[in-house]
Amino acid sequence: MSQLLLDVNGLTMRFGGLVAVNGVNLKVKNRQIVSIIGPNGAGKTTVFNCLSGFYIPTEGSVMLKNEQIAGLKDFQISRKGLVRTFQHVRLFQKMTVIENMLVAQHRHLNTNLLSGLFKTPNYRRLERDAMDKAMHWLKEVDLLEFANREAGNLAYGQQRRLEIARCMVTQPELLLLDEPAAGLNPNETKQLDELIIKLRDEHEISVLLIEHDMSLVMGISDHIYVIAQGTPLADGTPDEVKNNPDVIKAYLGEE
Amino acid sequence: MTTNKFYNAIFAAGITFILACLMIGVKLDTEGTTLAVKGATTEQWMWIFGGIGVVFLSQLFSSQIDSLFGKMPKPKLGALLPEEKKMATLKPWLLAALITVMLIWPFMVSRGSVDLATLTLIYIMLGLGLNIVVGLAGLLDLGFVAFYAVGAYTYALLSEYFGMSFWACLPISAGLAALFGFLLGFPVLRLRGDYLAIVTLGFGEIIRILLNNWTAVTGGPNGISGIAKPTLFGLEFTRRAKEEGAETFHQYFDLSYSSSYKVIFLYLIAVLLVIFVVYLINRLMRMPIGRAWEALREDEIACRSLGLNRTAIKLSAFTIGASTAGFAGAFFAARQGFISPESFIFIESAIILAIVVLGGMGSQVGVILAAIVMTILPELAREFSEYRMLLFGLLMVLMMRWRPEGLVPMKRPHLELKQQ
Repeated sequence: MSQLLLDVNGLTMRFGGLVAVNGVNLKVKNRQIVSIIGPNGAGKTTVFNCLSGFYIPTEGSVMLKNEQIAGLKDFQISRKGLVRTFQHVRLFQKMTVIENMLVAQHRHLNTNLLSGLFKTPNYRRLERDAMDKAMHWLKEVDLLEFANREAGNLAYGQQRRLEIARCMVTQPELLLLDEPAAGLNPNETKQLDELIIKLRDEHEISVLLIEHDMSLVMGISDHIYVIAQGTPLADGTPDEVKNNPDVIKAYLGEE
Repeated sequence: MTTNKFYNAIFAAGITFILACLMIGVKLDTEGTTLAVKGATTEQWMWIFGGIGVVFLSQLFSSQIDSLFGKMPKPKLGALLPEEKKMATLKPWLLAALITVMLIWPFMVSRGSVDLATLTLIYIMLGLGLNIVVGLAGLLDLGFVAFYAVGAYTYALLSEYFGMSFWACLPISAGLAALFGFLLGFPVLRLRGDYLAIVTLGFGEIIRILLNNWTAVTGGPNGISGIAKPTLFGLEFTRRAKEEGAETFHQYFDLSYSSSYKVIFLYLIAVLLVIFVVYLINRLMRMPIGRAWEALREDEIACRSLGLNRTAIKLSAFTIGASTAGFAGAFFAARQGFISPESFIFIESAIILAIVVLGGMGSQVGVILAAIVMTILPELAREFSEYRMLLFGLLMVLMMRWRPEGLVPMKRPHLELKQQ
C-alpha cells in the first residue's frame, strides 16, 4: 500500500465573481503518475498555481505529506518538495545550461557572503557537490554535451528537458508538469514519455501532469482526473475515463 | 517617398530653428536694475543657421549617409584583443601592470590631474555599486545618491561630534548606508520597474530634504565643513599637527611640506578602495548570490518556483549596492572636507545611472570606462560649460544610435563545465 503524498480537498479559487476552480479533489500517492485533463480554460493551470503557491486558494486544503501547504509562499512550498514547470518554458535564457542547474540548487549551496569571498572548504565542497549533481541530471536528460551553451540557444525540445532537469536537482518528491509535451514532435514526445516513467520508477518521485496529448496521458498515467469549467467531472484509471460518457460529452459535445 | 523625405527634413529643420532660437538666440541680461531680452550676435546667428542647414541636409539625404556609414569598416574591438585562451594567461600580468601604472602615475603629473583622477575613482565606485542593483539584479534605482549622502554624512557627523578617524568611520559609513538600503528595500522591493524607480526617486529626495532641514544636526544648507582628512597611521598631511607634540607626515619622513602629498595620498586611498570594490563584486558575480541576482533579472517566476526567496535576493543586491555608495560617500566627505545637501541632488543619481547605462549594464569594465568618460569629458570641455547638458544629450543620442548595449556590453563570466 503506497502512501498518500498529496491530498487536495475542496480546492476553490475565485477571482472576484469568477469561480475558476470549484471544489477540486486530488489524491497523489507515492510513485504515481497522475494526470489532470480537461478542455481549454477548464482551470487546470489554475489548480497548479494554487498547489505551487502562486495563488492562495480561496477555499480548500492542500496537504503535502500530511502537512497543510495552502497559504504558504511559493518558494516555501517548493522547498517542501513540490516543484513545477510552466506551460511556456521559463529558463534563464542568457545563462548557460550548467548555470541554470546551479541556480536551482541555490538553497543547497553555502550562500554565506564571507565563506564565498574566502572560498572556505565547506563552500568549495558544496559548490562541487552541486556541480556533480547538475552533471548527473544533465546526463539523465541527455544534455551533458550542451552544458556550456546558453540555455536560450537550445532547441525547444532540449529546453523542455532542461526545465525538467532543473526541477529535479531541487530534489522534489512531487513534480508538477504543465503541458510538457506542448510543441514537441512525436519523437520527442516519446522521449518525454520515457523520461517521466523513469522519474517514477528509478527516482521514485510522483508526477502530476497537465497534458492535452491523449496518447501520452493514457499511456503513462496511473490515475486521471478530468476537470471541466473548473469543476471535477470524473476520475479513474485511463480506461475508466476513456469510456466515461460525461468525459466524452465534455470533449466532443453532445450528439 | 522623396516628398515625404523633404517634408521630414523641413520639419526637423523647423524644430532645430525653434530650439536654437530659444536656447541660443535670445538671452536675458541685467541692464541696470531691470532685465532685458537680448538677441544673439550676428556671428551666433550664422552658426545657428549653419546648424539648421546641416540638420536639413542630413535629414534629406539620410539614406545616402546611412549607406555611406554602412560601407565604412566597423572598428572591431574584439579583433584587437588576443584570443580567449591567451587572454586568460595574460590577464594577471595586464592587471598587475595596470595597478602599477595607477600607483606610479600620480607622482609624475600635475596636482590637478591627480585630483580629477580621484573624483573619477569616486564615480567608478558609485557606478560599480549601482551596477549591482541596476545591471545585475535589474532593479531600477533612481535615488542611489541617497546612500552616497548617508555615507558622506555618517563620516562627517561622526568626525565632527565624536572626533572619529576616517578609517574607523569607513566601515561604519558603509554599514549605515547598507542599513538604509535594507530599510528602504524591505517595503519597496515588491514593486517592479517604473514603480520601483519612482519610490527610489522619492527616497533620494527625502534624504536630501531631511539633510537640508535638520539644521540642528546637519547644519542644513550650510553643510558641514572642516571634516578631518584621512591620516596615514596617525600622521596628518597638514603643515602643522593639530595636537601639540604630534608629528605630521612631512616632519616624520623629514621632507619639505608640499600640499600635493595630501592629494596623492587621497588618490592612493581611492585606488585601494576601487580595487577592493572591484575584487568584491568580481567574487560576488561568481558566487551563488551573483547567479541568483541574474536569474532573478532573467525570470522572476521561474526563480520563485525553484525555491529562491526573491525578497532576500533583491534585498541583498540593494544592501550591497548601497554599502558601496556608503564607501564612496565617506571618501567623498574626507576628500572635500566640506559637504552640503547640494552635493546630493537628483542629477547626481542621473549621472551615476548614465554611467551604468553608457558602460553597458552589468559590465564592470564598461562601467569603469564610462565613469572615466563622464568625469573627464566635462573637464576637457570646460569652454563649453554653458552647453554641457547639450553635449551630454548628444553623447547619449550617439550612444543609443551606435552602441545601444553600452561601451563594453556585458560579457558574463560564464561558468564552464570542464569535460573529463
